[in-house]
Amino acid sequence: MSSRIRAIAFNTFRETVRDRVLYNLVFFALLLVTMAPLFGQISIGVQRVLLVNLSLSAISIFGTVISIFVGISLVSKEIEKRTLYPVLSRPVGRGEFIVGKYFGLSGTLLVNTAAMALGFYLALFLMTRDFTRADANVLIAIYFIFLEFIIIIGLALLFSSFSTPLFSALFALSMFIAGTFAGDLRTFAEITHGPQKWLAIATSYLIPNLTSLNVITRVSHDQFIPRALVAYNTLYAMFYAAATICAALLIFSRRDLK
Amino acid sequence: MLAVEILGLEKTYAAGFWRKKQKLALRPLHLEVKQGEVFGFLGPNGAGKTTTLKLLMGLICPTVGTARILGQDWRDPAVRARIGFLPEQPYFYDHLTPIELLDYYGTLSGLSPADRKLRIPKLLERVGLAEQGRVQLRKFSKGMLQRVGIAQAVLHEPEVVFLDEPMSGLDPIGRREVRDFIQALNDEGKTVFFSTHILSDAEALCDRVAILNRGELRSVGVVAELVSQKSNRVEIVWQGKSAVPAIQSLGGSCHVAGETVRAVLDESQLQAALDALKNQRVRLISVNPMGGSLEEYFLQNLGEAVEVRS
Repeated sequence: MSSRIRAIAFNTFRETVRDRVLYNLVFFALLLVTMAPLFGQISIGVQRVLLVNLSLSAISIFGTVISIFVGISLVSKEIEKRTLYPVLSRPVGRGEFIVGKYFGLSGTLLVNTAAMALGFYLALFLMTRDFTRADANVLIAIYFIFLEFIIIIGLALLFSSFSTPLFSALFALSMFIAGTFAGDLRTFAEITHGPQKWLAIATSYLIPNLTSLNVITRVSHDQFIPRALVAYNTLYAMFYAAATICAALLIFSRRDLK
Repeated sequence: MLAVEILGLEKTYAAGFWRKKQKLALRPLHLEVKQGEVFGFLGPNGAGKTTTLKLLMGLICPTVGTARILGQDWRDPAVRARIGFLPEQPYFYDHLTPIELLDYYGTLSGLSPADRKLRIPKLLERVGLAEQGRVQLRKFSKGMLQRVGIAQAVLHEPEVVFLDEPMSGLDPIGRREVRDFIQALNDEGKTVFFSTHILSDAEALCDRVAILNRGELRSVGVVAELVSQKSNRVEIVWQGKSAVPAIQSLGGSCHVAGETVRAVLDESQLQAALDALKNQRVRLISVNPMGGSLEEYFLQNLGEAVEVRS
């Protein structure tokens, strides 16, 4: 990675941290603390299922909100406030700027997710006073959630490269919601016929397949996650994110900064 | 070798809901700026000054045309390391301190950590912000931000510095400081290309100026030569609150300011105009031949479209 991309990424990371984006961690901690007494009322097995489901869902929701709402402002805010002008008047390519911004927010989400994961394991230890091998499986679900974020950041960046923040948020949110039903859409494509079959297939490949990234229920019930799925999801997320960044770059490189 | 060579840069924007209308922002512009000169780019608001600078900085794409900076294609990344740019009314990342901001821009300009460490304190000292180096920019006044802006534009010791309205919105002391800074840059041998609509600043600083209006280059030249060009026009000022139709029929445009009216006419119409004012029984304040200052040259050449501040 070039020093310019690193500098842009670090500046983006620093901006999100100083803009108190990571304050959501406090809410996450409070959520776990307030829910903990409720878990004491139920049996030990169900306690764990609830804690895993609740914690991982919270990690996913908080991170998705950050990915969309910070992601859509990554480019538009720089254009609106004209902070981009002194950057692009230097030997910095527009591609380097887009990639730097992307890595910066991904870094924020990585720290955010890691901190929440740590909080989750702390809460789990306090509840069970023990770690089992199944608990390590939860890490895979958390990793998949992070993969989900890198896709959503790419989408937010893509939409913000040509649209207003409001529409970018709507588009990114719509893609996220549609993506969670990508599996259902593929099933529908299998059972339907005619033009709608092709439309369903095309749409299911265009929207991000977030269904295969959601293994929260499986890990909460100690189900095994195949290594092939880890490899597939990793490659899929990297490919999808790269495609969105390339599209964002293609649009942004031709855009006039008025 | 020329510092800046603009070869027919033109910019047209698509306008309207369906983007089918064409809005001309800059007609084909041909301009040359020599190395080591302070070049003023003058024009009223909306003349196309910022559009030209944005084109040169690669922030917008030209409809047609090309340019060379220091002999190289203006889009060449290698050129970008040799130029500095201060945007109009600059706004910087307000979560950063001046030291962090300059360090960031220094990295982007390709300065080594050792160079940044050496240059940043010196530069902050030079722009009078040595004591505010660790204060977040959100706490800075407009004048202080302008100083930070100038610091970032010259941090990497560029050979050509582009400044877009560097004195705009500053108080007289701030304007004076910026003027001194531009002069100092020129003394160091740097080429300074700055846009302004404050004519007194251009008159005081520039070796040559270009005058732009409605996206079109109207004239280029040495300030002293432009202002000494013989004029055959006169300015008449009288007491009144409204324009006099007889003067307007002679081809003079009347500007009402408070209780005085000002008109600029051809010298040949002077007697007729004075007769008309006499008939109207208005009190004549002065009759002045035009020419002698950049402001007058500006008014003469750009007519009523200008909004002059001095």
